[in-house]
Amino acid sequence: MASVDQTQLFEFLCRMGDNTLVLGHRVSEWCGHAPVLEEDIALANTALDLIGQTQMWLGYAGDVEGKGRTADDLAMLRDVWDFRNVLLVEQPNGDFGQTMMRQFLFDAWHLAMLKALTASSNEQIAAIAAKSVKEVQYHVERSGDTVIGLGDGTSESHKRMQDALNLLWPYVGEMFVADAVDDAMAQAGIAPDLASLRAEFDAHVGGVLAEATLTIPDGKFTHKGGKSGFQHSEHLGHLLTQMQWLQRAYPGATW
Amino acid sequence: MYAQMIKSEATQDDPEKLAAFQARIDAGEKIEPKDWMPVGYRKTLIRQIGQHAHSEIVGQLPEGNWITRAPTLERKAILLAKVQDEAGHGLYLYCAAETLGVSRDEMTEMLLDGRMKYSSIFNYPTLTWADMGAVGWLVDGAAIMNQVPLQRTSFGPYSRAMIRVCKEESFHQRQGYDIMMKMAQGTPEQKAMAQNALNRFWYPSLMMFGPSDKDSVHSAQSMAWKIKMNTNDELRQKFVDQTVPQAEYLGLTVPDDTLTWNEEKGGYDFAEPDWDEFFEVIQGNGPCNTERLAARNKAWDDGKWVRDGLLAHAEKRSIRKVAAE
Repeated sequence: MASVDQTQLFEFLCRMGDNTLVLGHRVSEWCGHAPVLEEDIALANTALDLIGQTQMWLGYAGDVEGKGRTADDLAMLRDVWDFRNVLLVEQPNGDFGQTMMRQFLFDAWHLAMLKALTASSNEQIAAIAAKSVKEVQYHVERSGDTVIGLGDGTSESHKRMQDALNLLWPYVGEMFVADAVDDAMAQAGIAPDLASLRAEFDAHVGGVLAEATLTIPDGKFTHKGGKSGFQHSEHLGHLLTQMQWLQRAYPGATW
Repeated sequence: MYAQMIKSEATQDDPEKLAAFQARIDAGEKIEPKDWMPVGYRKTLIRQIGQHAHSEIVGQLPEGNWITRAPTLERKAILLAKVQDEAGHGLYLYCAAETLGVSRDEMTEMLLDGRMKYSSIFNYPTLTWADMGAVGWLVDGAAIMNQVPLQRTSFGPYSRAMIRVCKEESFHQRQGYDIMMKMAQGTPEQKAMAQNALNRFWYPSLMMFGPSDKDSVHSAQSMAWKIKMNTNDELRQKFVDQTVPQAEYLGLTVPDDTLTWNEEKGGYDFAEPDWDEFFEVIQGNGPCNTERLAARNKAWDDGKWVRDGLLAHAEKRSIRKVAAE
């Protein structure tokens, strides 16, 4: 394994873990409120997978950092500016269509990323990716089928899905924009060149959205600032307020 | 106990058929959906299994209330898995009820407009993290008391559903107790939280078994049909006898000054819950009845476009498939 700056490796692992943590949290907000019982079960299952992946990514991040922080410390005791998830996953659930569109767009990237990470020069990352990729393969099949079903459903469901796509598309680009951390990971063979994932993503997403009779919006504009931590949306702070409350209110307690 | 106050239906079937049916039950045979059964047996079971299923569904809400605030990733995952199990229990119970000739959508509509009930316990609020422990320990504990004997119930699909449900419920109860242990052994604030949760959930848990047998007029027929396996008082006594030592082990105090061991009966004497409160909760006046039903109605109403959309897509797809053939 080529040597890599451990701070940058820590940063990369937080990006992976924060994506799954924040999206897992968002999806778990649906519990008990889904449109049909089968969706309640499936959403809980997805959230459960994502939280499990978080434990692996952030657990390893804590090891790499070497300051004794656990996955729970990283999840529960960092503030907004320390989070490294992409903006897409912190966006509010909205209606069920918006939730599933967000899920599909993330899943399609996540699958391509994890597939590439199974060949990582870092054995631990390759192992986490190998375990996660099986779960995410199922996530994307399900979210893709739902996007197709609702896009090509009634006129109302079609409109809602198109609205969701219009709202969320400008958050897609951030997943593919590489910075110094990504470049360092790529050079060390730890992670793929992010731009190289785009073609697979476009083919996959394009196919599903076409079958869903949905139109990808024009325009290349991309919101940024989540994975660098420079500028999250206002939504993340509220999410953390809820997620971290117990740990913050009773510091040092064991649960 | 997730089905309470189930009124058993009077039945006016052919006496010979009834006698043969009763003989099958007495011989320990299982009744299957296509078998002949008395009208009253069918109606009572629909009500009981339906109420049980609804309890699982509404029961997602008080625990779902804490998923986004769970204190650690592991606790969050365990709670998610538990609530997911409950939705799964709802699913197979609805399937069991559907074999009796009522659809899940019909039962859902009856829940949402108040014609069918769910267990009174889910109308109490979950206010602290310790409540996640108390619900697992006490509420699932009480449910298991009822459901273990129901594994031997006469209706095959219900019996098989209970066998599966019980495996998961006993796991839930252990998880709940594990939360209580951590809290009881934790900081003074955590211990106070645990005691507070026990104080609030003790009597509502006792109410889960339903009113005393002397006030329960519907038990005899259901017991003869093996739809109900034990009396309410038997199960309540068993629950108290099991739970009191567990509370002592935690170092928590059961909120009942009259609680004493009765050597003669080999069980505890304990105070009855406030049955007026119970009937108020059943009537819709519990602390969370309005919120629980509003949440289920909102999920159903907001989800209509989704269900319609997916159905429309399935129809389009089957038309396209036929056209292509």
